[in-house]
Amino acid sequence: MKKDIILAGVGGQGILTIASVIGAAAIEEGLNLKQAEVHGMSQRGGDVQSHLRISDQPIYSDLIPMGRCDVILSVEPMEALRYVPYLSEEGWIITNKTPFKNINNYPEEAALYAEAEKVKNHLLIDADAIAKELGSPRSMNIVILGAASFVLGLNYEGLKTTIAKVFGRKGEAVVNANIAALDAGRKIAADKVK
Amino acid sequence: MKKLMLLGDEALAQGAMDAGMSGCFAYPGTPSTEIMEYIQRSELAAERDIHRTWSSNEKTAVEATVGMSYTGKRTMSCMKHVGLNVAADPFMNSAFVGANGGNLLAVADDPSMHSSQNEQDSRFYAKFAMIPCLEPSNQQEAYDMAFHGFNLSEHFKLPIMIRLTTRLSHSRAGVECREPMPENELKLPEDPNQFMLLPAFSRKKYKALIALQPEMEKASEESPFNWYEEGTDTSLGIIACGLAYNYLKEVFVGKTCPYPILKISQYPLPRTYINRIMAECDKIMVLEEGQPLVEEMIKGYMPNTKIIGRLDGTFSRDGEMNPNKVMVALGLPEGTDAPVPEVVAGRPPALCVGCPHSDSFRALNTAIEPYGPGHVFSDIGCYTLGFMPPYHAINTCLDMGASIPMAKGASAAGLFPAVAVIGDSTFSHSGMTGLLDCIYDKTNIVVIILDNSTTGMTGGQDYTAHNRLEEICMGMGIEKEHIRVITPLSRLHDENVKVIEEEFAYNGVSVIIPRRECVQTLRRKASKKK
Repeated sequence: MKKDIILAGVGGQGILTIASVIGAAAIEEGLNLKQAEVHGMSQRGGDVQSHLRISDQPIYSDLIPMGRCDVILSVEPMEALRYVPYLSEEGWIITNKTPFKNINNYPEEAALYAEAEKVKNHLLIDADAIAKELGSPRSMNIVILGAASFVLGLNYEGLKTTIAKVFGRKGEAVVNANIAALDAGRKIAADKVK
Repeated sequence: MKKLMLLGDEALAQGAMDAGMSGCFAYPGTPSTEIMEYIQRSELAAERDIHRTWSSNEKTAVEATVGMSYTGKRTMSCMKHVGLNVAADPFMNSAFVGANGGNLLAVADDPSMHSSQNEQDSRFYAKFAMIPCLEPSNQQEAYDMAFHGFNLSEHFKLPIMIRLTTRLSHSRAGVECREPMPENELKLPEDPNQFMLLPAFSRKKYKALIALQPEMEKASEESPFNWYEEGTDTSLGIIACGLAYNYLKEVFVGKTCPYPILKISQYPLPRTYINRIMAECDKIMVLEEGQPLVEEMIKGYMPNTKIIGRLDGTFSRDGEMNPNKVMVALGLPEGTDAPVPEVVAGRPPALCVGCPHSDSFRALNTAIEPYGPGHVFSDIGCYTLGFMPPYHAINTCLDMGASIPMAKGASAAGLFPAVAVIGDSTFSHSGMTGLLDCIYDKTNIVVIILDNSTTGMTGGQDYTAHNRLEEICMGMGIEKEHIRVITPLSRLHDENVKVIEEEFAYNGVSVIIPRRECVQTLRRKASKKK
C-alpha cells in the first residue's frame, strides 16, 4: 500500500488540519508516514501545500517526485491545478470549487474547472456550500476530506475516530459537525463517481 | 520506547531534551523556529525547568550557550542560516574556547529561499570554524544526533553544529524516542584558561584545534551516520549528503542502486571513505543540499577523477535538491513532463486582511507623497511585504536591523526625508545599536517602529523589548516629544499622517510607534478563550 497525497490551498484555509487527520488515521493503521509542510512567509495568504506520504514500506523522500502523486486534495480550485505536474496518469484531482480571491489577476472560474476536467480522474465539489448547508462553514476542509476518502486507502471508520480525537478538545458539537461534514463529502463523491 | 510523530525540528528538540540538555537559547527564524517552540510546550522541559525563553538575537543566544557550557551543563542554540551571520563572532571564537558541557549549535538552512533573503550553506561555517558538523538525513537521525552531538562535543571539548534544511525541519515522521537522561551536574572547567582568549592563549588554542583535525576525521569514519554501500556498477559512484541521500534512495525504491554509495551525515569528510569511492569508481556524482561544498573539496583529493555535481552544470548551482533532479541526472525515466496549466496565476504572500501594518503604510504613503519615491529603508518581517502592491511603501530590505543605519547613511548623504521602517521584534533583535548611532550623530531621521506586539512572520513569538519600546528610546536619549505613539486604524488616517509630517519637520531623531496587535495572535487568543 502506498499513497502519495498533495494537500493544496491558501495559507489559513486549514490544509494542515486535513493532514493531521489523515496522518493520525494512517498511524492508527500501523502505516509509515512522512508529511512535509510549508511554514513561514507563504502562510501569509500565499499558496501553501503539504506533501503527505503513506506506505506500508519505508518512505525515503519527504517530497513526492513529480508524476508519482496519487491524489491532489485541494480546498481551492486554482491551487489544485498548481500541482498537476506531480500527478500520476491514474491520479485523482479532488478539489473544492469555491475560489479564494486575494489577487487581482485571478482567472475565470470556468477556465479553472475546464482545466481540472482535463485530468482523467477528477472530482469538483462545492464544499463551501455543503459546509454552509450543514451549518458549519469552517468544516469545508473536512467536506473535501470526506470526498477524497474513497481514494485514500484508509479505513473510513478510522477517519471518523481520528476526527473525534483531533477535534475532541473543541467539544462535542464541533466533533459532530466535522463528522457530518465528512459524511456529506463522502456521499457527494459516491453520487458523482459511479 | 515511545514513537512520536515529529517535525525534523521537533525531533532534534526532543532528542536534545532526552539527552539531558539544561538550556536552549534562540531567536525565531524560519525554518528553525519550531525547535524552541516545541521545547516551550514540552512537559519534560517544564518539569526540569530547562531554559527556554527567547533571546534578543542569535549572537546573545550563542553567547548564552557558551556560558552554560562553561558550567558543565548541556546546551543548544537554534537559528536560521542567516542568523548564524549575526552570531558569527561568538560562533567562530567558540571553536577556540571550546566546550565544557556539551554545546550544540542547530542551524536550519533554507535552500530555494522559501522564507529567506539568501540560501547560504552553513556547512561552510563549520568548516571555517574547523568543528564537526552533523547533517541528518531524516527525523530519526535528527533525534539520535542530539545524543551523538553532545557526546562528540564533550569528547572533543568543542561545540558541534547540527545542520538542518527546510524539508527536514518542516517534515513530520515517526521517531523512536529513548528514556530521558539526567542533566549534567554543575562543574566548572578543569583548565582555568579554557574560556580565556587573550592572544597568547589563542595562539595555543588554534594550534590545538588544528592538531585535533585528524581525530575529527577519524570520528567521521567511525560515525554511525556515515556509511558505504557496495555497488556492482563502478562506472559511477555517488556521494549523497544529508537529505539528498533520501532523494537517491527514493529514485531506487523497489530496486537496488547499481552504483556504490557513500552516505555522509558527519563532517569533516571521512577521508578513507572518499579515497575508497574515488579509487573504485570511474566518475563521482555528488548529491548535496545547498552549495557545492563536498564537490569543491573532493576535486582536490583526486584531480583526475570526473566529478558530477553543481559545478559541472549537471545540477543547477542554486535551489534545493529533489527526487526528480536526481532521476534526470542518473538518466532514469522521470514519469511526467506535464507543465503547470497556463491558467494558474501566481499567488504571492500578502499582509493579512486587517493587518495593522497596512494602515501604517497607507499613512506613511500619504505623508511622504510630496517628496517622491525612494525614501523608505525597511527591514525583515511581515512588513517587508509593504514593498508589494498595493502599498509600494518601502524601498529596501537587507538584513535584520539594517533599516536604521541604511537610513542614517542616506541621510548623511543628503537624502530628505530619510525614513526607517522596522518591526518591534526586529528592533529588539538588532535595531537599538543603529538607533544609538543616529542619536550620537543627531541624524535627521524618522524611525517607525511597527509595534504589533509579537514576532509576526515566524508565527507569533515573544520578544525581549516587548512593552518597553518608549522606555528604551527615552533611555537611549531621544526627547520624549519626539517619541510618538499612534494607533494604525483607517479612521485615524488623517491624524496619523499629521504626526508623521510633524516629525519630518523636526531636524533630529524621531521615533514613531504605530501600535496595534497582530490580527493572527489576536485571533488565536480569542479562540483559546472560547
